[in-house]
This record gives sequence, C-alpha cells and structure tokens, in this order.
Amino acid sequence: MAHKTIAQLSNELQTKKISSVELTQLFLDRIKRFDKQLNSFITVTEEQALSDAKKADEERSKGNAHPLTGIPFAQKDIFCTKDIKTSCGSKILDNFISPYDATVVTRFKESNTVLLGKTNMDEFAMGSSNETSFYGTVKNPWDLERVPGGSSGGSAAAVAAYLTPGATGTDTGGSIRQPAGFCGISGIKPTYGRVSRYGMIAFASSLDQGGPMARSAEDLALLLNVMAGVDEKDSTSIDKPVPDYTQTLNNSLNGLRIGLPKEFFESGLDNEIATLIQSAIQEFKKLGATIHEITLPNSGLSIPAYYVIAPAECSSNLARYDGVRFGYRCNEPKDLEDLYKRSRSEGFGNEVKRRIMIGTYALSAGYYDTYYLKAQKIRGLIRQDFVDAFKNVDIILSPTSPTTAFKLGEKTSDPISMYLSDMYTIAVNLAGLPGLSIPAGFIKNLPVGLQLVGNFFDEARLLNAAHQYQQVTDWHTRTPEGF
Amino acid sequence: MEWETVIGLEIHAQLLTNSKIFSGASTAFGAEPNTQACAVDLGFPGVLPVLNEEAVRMAIKFGLGVGAEISKKSVFARKNYFYPDLPKGYQISQFELPVVGKGHIDVQLENGDVKRIHITRAHLEEDAGKSLHEDFNGLTGIDLNRAGTPLLEIVSEPDMRSAKEAVAYLKAIHSLVRYLEICDGNMQEGSFRCDANVSVRPKGQSKLGTRAELKNINSFRFVERAINFEIERQITLIESGGTVTQETRLYDPNKHETRSMRSKEEANDYRYFPDPDLLPLVITEDMIAAIKDDLPELPAQKRQRFMEQYSLSAYDADVLVSNRHMAIYFETVVKESGAQPKLVTNWVTGDLLGALNKENLDITESPISTAQLSKLIERISDNTISGKIAKTIFESLWNQEGNVDEIIEKKGLKQVTDNSAIEALIDKILADNPGHVTEYRSGKDKLFGFFVGQAMKASGGKMNPQLLNELLKQKLAQKA
Amino acid sequence: MSLTTTDVKKIAHLARLNLSDEDLVTYTAQLSNILNFVEQMSQANTDSIEPIAHSLELSQPLRPDVVTEMNERKEFQAIAPQVEAGLYLVPQVIEG
Repeated sequence: MAHKTIAQLSNELQTKKISSVELTQLFLDRIKRFDKQLNSFITVTEEQALSDAKKADEERSKGNAHPLTGIPFAQKDIFCTKDIKTSCGSKILDNFISPYDATVVTRFKESNTVLLGKTNMDEFAMGSSNETSFYGTVKNPWDLERVPGGSSGGSAAAVAAYLTPGATGTDTGGSIRQPAGFCGISGIKPTYGRVSRYGMIAFASSLDQGGPMARSAEDLALLLNVMAGVDEKDSTSIDKPVPDYTQTLNNSLNGLRIGLPKEFFESGLDNEIATLIQSAIQEFKKLGATIHEITLPNSGLSIPAYYVIAPAECSSNLARYDGVRFGYRCNEPKDLEDLYKRSRSEGFGNEVKRRIMIGTYALSAGYYDTYYLKAQKIRGLIRQDFVDAFKNVDIILSPTSPTTAFKLGEKTSDPISMYLSDMYTIAVNLAGLPGLSIPAGFIKNLPVGLQLVGNFFDEARLLNAAHQYQQVTDWHTRTPEGF
Repeated sequence: MEWETVIGLEIHAQLLTNSKIFSGASTAFGAEPNTQACAVDLGFPGVLPVLNEEAVRMAIKFGLGVGAEISKKSVFARKNYFYPDLPKGYQISQFELPVVGKGHIDVQLENGDVKRIHITRAHLEEDAGKSLHEDFNGLTGIDLNRAGTPLLEIVSEPDMRSAKEAVAYLKAIHSLVRYLEICDGNMQEGSFRCDANVSVRPKGQSKLGTRAELKNINSFRFVERAINFEIERQITLIESGGTVTQETRLYDPNKHETRSMRSKEEANDYRYFPDPDLLPLVITEDMIAAIKDDLPELPAQKRQRFMEQYSLSAYDADVLVSNRHMAIYFETVVKESGAQPKLVTNWVTGDLLGALNKENLDITESPISTAQLSKLIERISDNTISGKIAKTIFESLWNQEGNVDEIIEKKGLKQVTDNSAIEALIDKILADNPGHVTEYRSGKDKLFGFFVGQAMKASGGKMNPQLLNELLKQKLAQKA
Repeated sequence: MSLTTTDVKKIAHLARLNLSDEDLVTYTAQLSNILNFVEQMSQANTDSIEPIAHSLELSQPLRPDVVTEMNERKEFQAIAPQVEAGLYLVPQVIEG
C-alpha cells in the first residue's frame, strides 16, 4: 500500500479499502523504521497526523472528500506550520514554533491532507546536497553514501523511500528539480508567482518558488491543484486563473515542439546521462513530438548571475535573525553588537555565512554596479533568451543535472563545484519559468533526472508531457532496494 | 567675514491611514507596547509586505499639493542596517524612483515677502519602532507598535537662508499636510518630524559648505533654536581655523546645544536595492485625476481668496489659513452671523485663538461652536449688547454657561437703548458731579470721557455707547 | 577580484557576523574564489540591457486600508528570547 501513488491511494480511500488513520499509521511506522538511516525528517508530527487522519475519515464519510482528503503528506521545514517547530534547517530557528501557517500549509489543511511531519533541508535552502542542514545530512535511498541533492533533499529522500506519498519543496536555483532527479522522483517548480510565498521562509525572494514533489506527474498535478493560486498576502503572487492540471494530462503530444538547448548538451555533461536523455527524446518522438535545436546563448552566465542575486537578497532577508524577537540568542551578550554578532555567528552555518557575506559585498558602496546591477542585466539577457526560444518551441528539454548523485562530503570543501551541479536548473529560476524533473533512467543504479521547461504559466503542458512519458516508461515506478 | 547660511529640510510626516503601510495592523497612537505589531511588522520569518492603497493616495495628494510630478512607476527599496527598533534589519523605503518628484511651495516670510522653496522629492517608507531607555536592569525595551506606520519623507532643496525661513517652510508644509488630511501634524507625538541639513559659506561663494544633519528637532521653536545654534557653532569653528565635518548631530533642547552622534555615523553602508517582495508601484492617469478632483482648496489659494473676498490683510489671511479648520470656522461664522469679515477675524484670531492657545486646544476642540460665536457677533451687530459686554459673554460661553441669549437674559446684560432710561441716568450723574459739570462747561472738554465712564460703570456696561454719547452731549450743552 | 582579510572583516561587520582568525583566512580565500567566478559576468555586453528585478513585468497590487490584524502579543512573545512588560529587551542602546 505504501508504494502506491497519491492518485491510487486517493482511490483506495474513496473505495474504503483503507482508512486515512490506517494509511497514516502505515507511513508513521515506515518513518520510524527507515528514517534513522535517511534522516529525511526534522520533525515527525505523529499526534497531529493521527488526529488529522481521523478528521479526514470523518469528512470523507460525510461525503466532503477532496481527492487529497486523508492523504498523508510532508512539508519541507521551510513552510511555517502553526504551533509546530519550523526550523528552516537552521540552529537559529531551532526553537521557532511558528505562530502562523504558510498559505501553502493552509491550503493543504483545507483539503484535509494529513501532516506527517517536516522534512530536512539545506540550511535556509542554501545548498545542493542537503549537507548544510543543522540537523545533519540526509542520505540518498538509492545509495546511502550519496547525497539526495538539495535543498529539498529531505522531501526527495522521503518520497523516494516511500516514507510519504508526497511532499512540498522549494526551488530557488534547482532545489526541487535537482533532488527529485537525484532521488528518482518527480518534482515541479511552477512559474514564479504561481504558488504563494507567504509563510515560506525567504532565501532569495525574487527566485524562491514552492512546488510539489511526488512519484508521478499525475500526483504533481493533484498537488499543484491545491497549491497554486493568487494570495492577497503575497504581492508577487499572480492573479491568474488556475486550470485543473489533471484535466489535460491525457492530451496527445502530437505536434508538440520540443527544443534542445545546444549549450546544455555541449560541455560538462556526463556521457551516459547524454545517452539516457537521447533515449527519452526518442520516446517523445514516438509520442508525436518534434525535436528542434535551440540556443540559450547566455545560459553560461546564469550561475555567476545567480550567485550574486541570490546572496544579495539573502543577505538582507536573513538580517531579521538577530536574537531579539524570536529564534536563537547567544548567552549573556555584553552589548548590542555582541548580541547581534554572536547570535548570528553561532546560529548560522558556514554556507549561509558565506552567502550573506557575498551578498553584503555585492550590494555595498562601490560594488553595486559591478555585481548586483550587472547580474540583474544578465538576468534580463537570460530571460530574453528563453522568450526568444519559446517563439519556436513549446517545451525545452535537458538533463536536470550534469551528474548523478555525488558522494557525501565530495563537494563540501569546494563551494563552486557544488554550485555547478545546478547549471541546468538555475537559468529557469532567473527567467521565472516553470520547470519539472522526472526520472529518465539509471546509471549504476543511480537515478537520472530529465528536465522539462515550459513557457510562463504553462505548467499544464509540462505535466501533460511528463505524464504521457510516464505512460510509456516505468522509471518513476522503480523502488530503491530495501525500501 | 560675512556668512551665508544654507538649509535644507527632511520632513517625515506620518500618514493618517488606519492600518500600517505594509500590514493590516492598526496605526492608532498610544496602545500598550507591541499590541499593534503583527507578524509582518515584527519581521517574522516568511511573512510578506502588501502595500496600503491609502498611503499611495495620500502621497499622490501631497505631490499634487506641491505641484510635483507623480511618478508613473516608482520602486520600493530596502535600506539595510541593524538596529533593535528595525525588526527586519532593513527599512522599506524608496531610493532611486520615489513616488513624488520635483515640486515647490510658496512660503510667506515675516516681512511679507513670498519665497518659493523647491522640493526635491517625496517618498513613501515605513516608520521604525521605539527604543525605551527606562531601566530594565540595564537593558533597553523595544516597542514595535510604530514599526510599519506609513511615512512620507519630504526632502527640500537647500533653498533656505535662515532659521526663520526654515521654520516658515516647515509651517507651510505642516499646514499643507493637514489641509490635505494626510497627517495630523502632531509634533509632540512624533507624527510630524524634521531633520535639518545646515551649512555655512562665505557670502558670494557658490560652492556649498560641509553640512551637518540635525536630528530630533520636534517643535517649531526647537527648529529655529537648533539651527541658530548650529550656524553659530559652524561659524565660530571655521573662524577659529577649524573645519566642519559632515556628521549627524543631535539637538538637546535641555542644554540647548547640538552634539555629534558618531555612533550612528560609523561605517554606514545602507546597501539599497529594490525590494524583491514588492513589485513596481504603477500609478495611472485615472488614479491621479480622481485624486485631483477630490483635492481641497490649498492654503495658498485660500489665502489669496480670503484677501480678495473678505478684504482681509495678508497677515489676517495668513493666520486664518494656517489651520484648515480655523479657516472653515471663520467662513462659517461670517456666513452665519452676516457680520463684517474683519469683525469676525478679530474674534477668531484674537479672543478665540488666544483662549485655545492658553488651554492648548485645537480649533476642532473649541468649546464655543461656530453657531454660538455667530450669535454673539450678531448680538453686537444688532445692538443688543456692546462689544465690551460681548467679552464677558464670550467668557461665559467658554465656560459652558449656556447659549448667548440665555446668558444675556440670565445676567441682564442687554444693552440699554431706551432714551428715557439713559437720560435719567445721565441726569443723576450730572447731579452727583456738579463740579465736573462746571469745569466741562467752562471748556475742559476732556472731562467728557469721565462722564461716559461713570455712566458705563453705573449701567454695568450695558449702555449703548452711541446713544449715550449723543444724549450726554445734549445734556451737557444745556445750560443749567 | 581578490579580497583582503581587512575587506572580509569589514563585510562581516556590516553583516554582523563574528569571524575567528582562522575563519577569516578561510572565508577570505573562498569569497575571493566566488567573486572571481562571478566575474565571468563582465564578458557579457549589457550596455543596452535593462536590469530586471523580477521575471514578471507586473505591478504592485494594493491592499485596502483596513485593520485586519488583532493583538497577538502573547503568542508572539511566547517565543521571544527576553521580554518584560510587553517589551522586547536588548542590551542598552546608547544614543548620541
């Protein structure tokens, strides 16, 4: 039962083959049994889960069932959950019991999903391996010596190991897609502004976007139906109708124009991954798609621009962690400056400090134009590259990452090599476009992710293409050994 | 050497919205600490700002009031610095693209001249909280109720040449924001605050001297004093061979001095950048046009109209229009009483304003309504009472002793206009003072006043002065 | 761009972070590397390019001026490090 998709579980609940309480207990038991190895949860909310499940069963028996009613679910620990610890993977928020819910959390509550717990993540979502978490690294269920990717590594590992049928993630530079790829699951980063950021702890506000992670494109559609939509509490959320993403899943791909950015297939790409991506392209051709080479000439500058913009925004976003109103405060500060400096230095980890300092520097007097302004202009160039490309194609296809999951500790001492693992995902955030990752094969028993990028608000088309691919392949149904 | 002073002001006006600029918390003054600070105002994790429509409308009103260009697109930026009363570690403000561009205001100087002061810009921003330095075992208490209150920062060009000009400009802006009903102008509660950039240069030199920024000058009187102190300090410093350093100085009204705030100066690098949580503020022509249609008559226009329509002096018009509600009060009384505008002006700017000032009341809090003052003036005009008696009635009105006619009736203050009664009284006075009568008749005309005084005294001031004069002259002219 | 330890000290102070002497050396090297890396941006000619702060060219929505938030001081201060009489306490702030 635990190995079913959300769509299947929803059906089981509807036909009363199982109750939500039973299903919830099943996943809670699996978390107890397996998560010692994986460390994918920071907080497990057992009591809350069972009471949510009881309520969901009641609602369902009253006939008030939403497709997600009674489905156990996990929230990345970046989403504020009322009366539940929300740490963002950081010591500085280790004692933060949120007084409010994120809008995304409210929406899941309203559809009576069951909260199993809060998943592990890179500290403040800054990382590509989940190794910067204050709560320890998360292991990849496909190989416990490897990283699950990051920053939504806990969600990816938990879904891959069937500890939860689905989870939320957030994606600032690839933090949903890269771990989904590394762990062999499906994940979508919607268009910037499609999902409310209210109560989603900010890393880089102009890039951060929440999205679902699950085991199939169909499940992503069900989850995105709940998450998407304008929120009056988020000025950057977009007031545009949300389609029912499940309605278009079965559309034909006949005539779909798929673009392959030549820059993404040139250098730095693992040969075996390239081969797998070619097979996937063949599948799409069989489904009726046409393939076109495109160019994203400035994509090579996306990582440099990102590592100015994201740190600049984060240096300001993280100034509120000062030991005054909430969160960690150092012992016996001798004066105000000591309070600030020790609370922050003891509360933040190294990667967070690095990015705060880079961002502080990039915004400081005399350097703003060279770094921040320049990066914003490059952002303009990159966005234009995509706008031009989408004049001729409907979807852009590439690998999600240049390699499969790397070993724990392999890149921790070299920040730049870590940053490069997001080379195919980051440009999508800079442009604000929707992108998803689905499994497209295995190399040495490690999953390989396939990235599909769509035009603004074209999530339905992405999910449609991914779903059709998953009808003719079975990569997304594979189970890591032992789980 | 002769020195010239150059002054520019930065005025912070708290906007009269119900809720904060970026949150739905109340802006009411005087609540228990931190009871009006919501998660957004407190800078909690994950929460986001959403802009208050009314704050934008108020900024546009101001822009129109100073003839400024309203930016079709303006941008909110973050000003980054750490301070306990700044919960997010940054203030949301506007930097490169403010909502209000270049404008101007014409200021009436003491000598009657009008001087145009140019306004560089005005922008929207959020206020900070307050640090309370009472002793909490050596700690400082932070109240964030004020955090997020909308502010309009109004920056002038360095157009003022004396402390008096600076005060005149400040008063003009103060009057304007209250006319527009965008700020209550309460300097004591800090809803209207001012920083002054002051420098001096040798007369004739075009290059500006190094300026000092004076903070914490929270009354018109202090503004003048602080600037004058600072001018003297700078001149003395330069004349004794020193140089002025660019710095922030705090005015201490108790010691009457300004002193350096080096702590705030240290390594300031605000790292402004566009706030990614907010999108560009786009203002449409329609929105501007709608606000323009709603704009009240502004002080300068009103002053001009009062001078023309009511034949008032520039001085009288200025006093009346300095407070919008006083101007409204004045016009209501003129209309209701049908009296000479000058007479009404004298009552409003003299007796009423004096009494209000004495008790520190605004005209909106006046215990005497326009209807009462109109009635009082009407009773003077229709000869029911004399001007002198009216002062007594005014006092009774102030003390809430009833309405005008009741007071006249109750206290028997009605003017005596009956000829026979006046004549009888005159006869009595003349009979009682035969010596004075003789003296008068022998040519000592000045004694006329003595008889008037006696008659008034005897009648308790109720005698109609014209009638008295007339009849008294007749009686004294008659040979005994 | 190569940073000196003095630069990094200044940055750390602006960001209110303490760095040990050992950290200072590590961070100086790492931050210099990152800055060198991002300097690839200078390759691109951006003379005629408008900087963008957001990917979507939309304008700020406006909120009606209505008080929607109630007093939640008790809940908020339940998780505060140090409060007294409803105030957040910090070491003495010295003005002037």
